[in-house]
Amino acid sequence: MIYNIPYIAVMLLILVGLYAVIAKRNIIKIIMGISIIESGVNLFLVALGYREGGLAPIFTNLPEKTQIPGQLVLPVPQALTLTSIVIGVAVLALMLALAVQIYKHYKTLDVRSVRRLKE
Amino acid sequence: MNDTSKIIKTISAIMFPFVTIYGLYVIMHGHLTPGGGFQGGAIVASGCALLVVAFGSEAIAKKVKESDLSILESVGALGFISLAFIGIATTFFYNVLAGRSGSLFGTIPPFGSNPGYLNSGGLLPLMNFAVGTKVIAGLFAIVLILAIATRKKGGRT
Amino acid sequence: MKTRTIVSLSVLILLGVFLIMSILPLSNVLRPFGDPENSDMDDYIISNAQNDTGANNAVTSVVFDYRGFDTLGEATVLFTAVAGVILILRRYAHE
Repeated sequence: MIYNIPYIAVMLLILVGLYAVIAKRNIIKIIMGISIIESGVNLFLVALGYREGGLAPIFTNLPEKTQIPGQLVLPVPQALTLTSIVIGVAVLALMLALAVQIYKHYKTLDVRSVRRLKE
Repeated sequence: MNDTSKIIKTISAIMFPFVTIYGLYVIMHGHLTPGGGFQGGAIVASGCALLVVAFGSEAIAKKVKESDLSILESVGALGFISLAFIGIATTFFYNVLAGRSGSLFGTIPPFGSNPGYLNSGGLLPLMNFAVGTKVIAGLFAIVLILAIATRKKGGRT
Repeated sequence: MKTRTIVSLSVLILLGVFLIMSILPLSNVLRPFGDPENSDMDDYIISNAQNDTGANNAVTSVVFDYRGFDTLGEATVLFTAVAGVILILRRYAHE
């Protein structure tokens, strides 16, 4: 049970981020909660491709006497996580630009008072 | 009292070339050590963000116009796509420079552990340069536009 | 406390209990941490990356050679994000 610490950390990160999205009023704190959820998902994707006692899959100055496909960590989940991190940065930039636009129009950052589309 | 102090300006101006050289090293050795286009581009863009924070967005916006950054990003994207079209005779992303022993990045390293040879890798170092340029220009443009749009009259620029 | 806080906290507690009950027993009984089930594709990539692409780094050869389409899509997303940010904040940049 104690060896599943990466999965426990993923769960805690997703719960903390979800609490920040649901129960906070400031729009900047909601954006921070979305970024924390993305960090948890990237950690889950990398932790799926781990081998016990493995080395990085890079052949420059590898220590001698390592079995070549049997003792190296899988490289494909790392490549997919790289794409996911860059997409997270792109979405965060667009969210912050929209938050600046909301502030300049309504003069406040409270999400419960920016509902003029319903009136 | 609306500017940063003189210590911050001096140290940022000293640290910026070292951060840029380290980022370009990570981009160039992407096929030998951990790193590559996206990681090295993020390092150089964070050095440029240090300059924007230390000197204010007005002083940086006078020297760097956003149309120059837009041209640089388009050059990076078009370079990446044209490198993918070189080996169209076989497939879309074919690595044409990997096997020949006389071309630019052509040698094949021996199997297993070896000290890295910079002359290997085929089309991979050229693709690293194109993607690194694109990421540098894109992230620097985002930081500069967000800093200009949130200025206050009479406050820090 | 208001009803909104009570409802949100109870939803979160139920979601946490559900996640605990689903991830921990499944990940320790079916497949312990550090022992992936299907690794045939990754074994082939590690064994043949130096012959096919000529690079020492297996992760870079996966990103740019074996799965180059995903990198093309990611470059498009980054380009669209920069274009969107400049489009939204254009009227405050030319004061």
